[in-house]
Order: sequence, then structure tokens, then C-alpha cells
Amino acid sequence: MTTTLPPVSTDLALQMQSVRKTYQVGDDEVVALDDATLRVASDEIVALVGPSGSGKTTLCSIAGGILSATSGSVVVAGNDISSYSAKQLTEFRRESVGFVFQSVNLVPFLTARENLLVVDELGPRTGAKGKARADQLLEELGLSDRANNLPGQLSGGQKQRVAIGRALMNEPSLVLFDEPTSALDSKLGDQVVHLIREEMKSRGTAAIIVTHDDRITHYADRTVHIVDGRIEA
Amino acid sequence: MNLAWKELRRRPGRFAVAGVILTLIAILLMFLGGLLDGLLGNSTGAYRVQEADRFVFSASSKDSLVRSRIDADTRSAVQDAVGDGVVGGIGSVQLGGRLEGRDVRDLVAVVLFGYEVAPKGLPSEVPGPGEVYADVALRSEGVDEGTEIQLGPDRTPVTVIGFLEDSQYNGQGTLWGSLDTWQTVLEANRPGETLGEGTVQALVVRDGPTQATSAAIDAATGGATSTLTITEAIEALPGVSQQRATFNQIIGVTVVIAIVVVALFFALLTVERTGLYGVLKAVGASSRSLFAGVVLQAVVVTLVAAALGAAGALVLDAVIPAGAIPFVAQPSRLISSVVYLLVAAVIGCAFSLRRVLKVDPAAAIGGSQ
Repeated sequence: MTTTLPPVSTDLALQMQSVRKTYQVGDDEVVALDDATLRVASDEIVALVGPSGSGKTTLCSIAGGILSATSGSVVVAGNDISSYSAKQLTEFRRESVGFVFQSVNLVPFLTARENLLVVDELGPRTGAKGKARADQLLEELGLSDRANNLPGQLSGGQKQRVAIGRALMNEPSLVLFDEPTSALDSKLGDQVVHLIREEMKSRGTAAIIVTHDDRITHYADRTVHIVDGRIEA
Repeated sequence: MNLAWKELRRRPGRFAVAGVILTLIAILLMFLGGLLDGLLGNSTGAYRVQEADRFVFSASSKDSLVRSRIDADTRSAVQDAVGDGVVGGIGSVQLGGRLEGRDVRDLVAVVLFGYEVAPKGLPSEVPGPGEVYADVALRSEGVDEGTEIQLGPDRTPVTVIGFLEDSQYNGQGTLWGSLDTWQTVLEANRPGETLGEGTVQALVVRDGPTQATSAAIDAATGGATSTLTITEAIEALPGVSQQRATFNQIIGVTVVIAIVVVALFFALLTVERTGLYGVLKAVGASSRSLFAGVVLQAVVVTLVAAALGAAGALVLDAVIPAGAIPFVAQPSRLISSVVYLLVAAVIGCAFSLRRVLKVDPAAAIGGSQ
């Protein structure tokens, strides 16, 4: 096993140790992730790079509590989620991690502001506090004047910024980006990754950016390569 | 839930197809129920209007008023059995009625009842000889207070002195007079059916403080009688239980169709939303809250459809000419139809539950294998 360790930090956003994920396909066992060990510091941005089917999305899903590891331990912001039940994982995702998906996936009938507030409504509502946070995020993301627009009225870049805002609504310890620039042209993609870096660094929030585009890795603090389910140096 | 509500408000067109189909089903359901109530109401009014608790028929009559005969001795035994209860004779005869100014062949089918215990809405004193109260349904035939109706081939005249409501019998308007008036009309028009002195077709019993059971009354007459509660007597009327069973089966099938419509529609919607549900689950939505949203949408669409259906039923009730179709939009029927539809909506939604549970949040980020 080879891995690149982050700078020495006592405060880790993610600590994956010897994580293995397998699937049963008929009589065969398919290994999606094999003995993966990864540590991400609390304010670190890690680019996870690898070809299609290499296991990067699986790793990201396990880190975000969407999938459970077959074996190994996963600790996010000090919480060992390895043995969490489905209900606990749902709560964990709601409160501790943020997701930005490849195809944006905003709720089409909600305005930009309401798409941010969805996260607040799914958990114990914070009311005015949540609304204030949504407004603040929209302002920071340069979307104040688009707050009441539906996703259909926004450009690709604006939608991606709304998705970033949604991921930050619950003040997560770790944000997972699944190929956030794949649907954008190179210029817009560059802007979005720049924005991601700014937002993460200004908040001191850790991020893993799943990508197979090496051009955007220079925005990350560190690049981790994964091939055939194994993390390489 | 909030999400589901917002989708309903902002994308009502998405639910239009299901809404229109459910509205048509609601109208059908309420129309069928209204027809059933109308048919039964027109058939059973003369029994329901009785201010009594039981009917006493002769044992050999098979609980048919027309076949039943109760003589004075039997009546006396019944009176002894019920003690401080009220016993009254009742008789009926179905005849054609002639109205002044109408063609001689243009007869109005009526049933003349002779009574001693006044039905609901009538004074306790029975009318004088030749005087009758008429069911309000006969107003549509031009009958009014003071109208003389000539009954049967003998053209025995009776004069209407007032009206009572909801007393139709076998779908016909009724006239209510004294036992003497009934016997006079019967003797004049159906001499073969003339009854002996003191004999009536049946008895109505209003229970006293020490009410006797039906079995006790029949035992007191040595088995010469068959005593039924009013409800039992209504069910014993020819065709009533068959009509009810037939209509209830059709209503049941309609409710099943509503279940299928809701199930199919929301199953399709759920399939369409698989990606969205995956994302929502990924960001922390529970299957329970997503399914609750589906149920909320189904219930709201169904409520709107039911309200439109109820409004349609009320409009039908208002515009259908009196006597044209036996349709009545009763609040209880409308409410029960709404409840059936809501139950159908919830059951229909249940078919989407498995699909909602199966949505994998990993699909949202392409990690599902």
C-alpha cells in the first residue's frame, strides 16, 4: 500500500485506515477499493485522480457516509462512522459532510435560496439562522441577485455555485466534490475550482475533489492517485 | 413534506392527469352512491318515516306488508306483550290515482297507507274520513293541499290536507289516511282483498320503557307473527339488499380503480424522481420524509379531486328535475366517498414505498455498483 500523507496535523477531517470495499456480482467478488488509507487535514484540499472505474467515487462515497466499507475504519471529524447504521449515516451526512455532484442536481422547482435551505429543512430547522446563512452564502458566491431564480434560469456556472452553497449550508467538516467541472467548459471549470479553493480555504474546511482532469489538480494542496482500487503515491 | 408541498404549488401541471382522472372517479363514486341512496330512499321511505321501533308481520307473510294479515286477537296478544308500548295498525294498497284536468289514462301511481301511529311530521291525530296527507314527491305531479285524487277503478275520492317528506314506497308517492279510509278504498277497489273487522296488514310498535324484544312478541302470539326492527324490515323489502349489494360492489370496484390510478401515477413519479431522491438522500433526507412527501401529494391531489367530485354531485342534485332520476347527494355519502378516496390514495402510495426505500444515495454520485 502506498499513500501520500498530509502535513503533520493533530486535527484530521478524514482518516481512512485500510478500507476495503467489495461487491458480490453473481459468484464473483469485485474489489472496488483495496486497503485504502488516506488522511485529510482539516483545511486541506485533496484532488483524487484516477481513470474511470478506479474506485475514486467509491472512496468518496465511503468518506461521505453514502456507502459503508466492507472492512477498515473511517473517521470523519473525529467520528468513527465505520459501524454506523443507515439511520446514523443519514444523520451524519445531513450534519457533517457536504456534497457537490457531477451533474449539479439542484431541486428544479426550488429557487437558488431554497435549494440551500433544503439542507436546513431536512434536519432540525434553525429557522432565521438558516435563512441568514443561506443569504450569506449566496452573497459570498456572488449569487445574491439570483437568489430567487429557479435552476432553469441559471447558467451552468451559477448552478454549480448554488450546489457549492448547498454543500456548505450545514457547516461541514468535509466537502466532497464529484467531478465538479465535468459539465463545464475549461474556462468556467477553472473559475469554479478557483472558487472552491477560495471557499474551502476561507472556512478552513477540508475537501476532496474527485476528478480525472489533471489540469485542475494544481488548485489542490495534494493529489492522490487511485488505480484499480488502490491508492498510489 | 415542505418540498412536496412546494412542488404541488409550483408544478400543478405535473399532477393534472392524475387529478383529472381522480376527479372523474370521484364524480362516478359520488354519483353511484347518490343513485343508491336515491333508489333506497324512494323504496324505503314509508318504513323509515315510522315513529316506531318494530314492524309486526304475520308469520306466513315472509315479512311482506302486502301478504301480511294481523287479526284482532293477534293484535291483542302483541299489545299484551309490549305492555306500556304503543301498538298501531297499518295497511297499504297500491293504486292508480286520477287528478283533475289530466287524461283518464294519465294515472299517478300511489300507495295509500292507513295508519294509527302517526309517521314523522304528521300530527298524532289521524285525518278524518277521505282525508289524506301526501308525500312531497307528489307535488311534482301537481298535487297540492286541497287536491282531490280519485283512487283506483272505483275512483274513490280522497282529499289532500297536507304533506309529509321522504315517505316514498317502492319508488311511488304515498298517501296517508286513517285505517277507515284505507279500508274503504280497499273494499271499493280490491274487493277480493277485503280484510275482516279489526284486521290490518301489519302492526307498528313503539317500545315503551319496558321494551319487549321481537322474540318475546312472537312468542306471545304463539309464533303467529314475525317481528322485525325497522332496520330489519327495510332490509326485508324486496330488492333493497340486492340493490345495496350491487351498488356497493360497483363502488368497491371504483375504489379499486382509484387505488390503481394513484399507485400507477405515483409509481411513475417516483421513478422519474429517482435521481432527485438519490441527491436528497445523499444530503441527509430520510426515506420516511421522502415517502411522507409522496403521501402528502397523493392526499392533496385526491382531496382536490374529491372536492370537485362533491361539487359535481351537488350540482347534479340541484339540476336533476324532481322524479327524473332517483339521485340524492347526502352529506354522509359525500363524506364517506371522500374517505374511501383518501384511503385509496394512501394505499396506492404504499406501492411506491418500496421504490423510495430502494433509492440508493450512492447513485447520486455514481457510486452505485
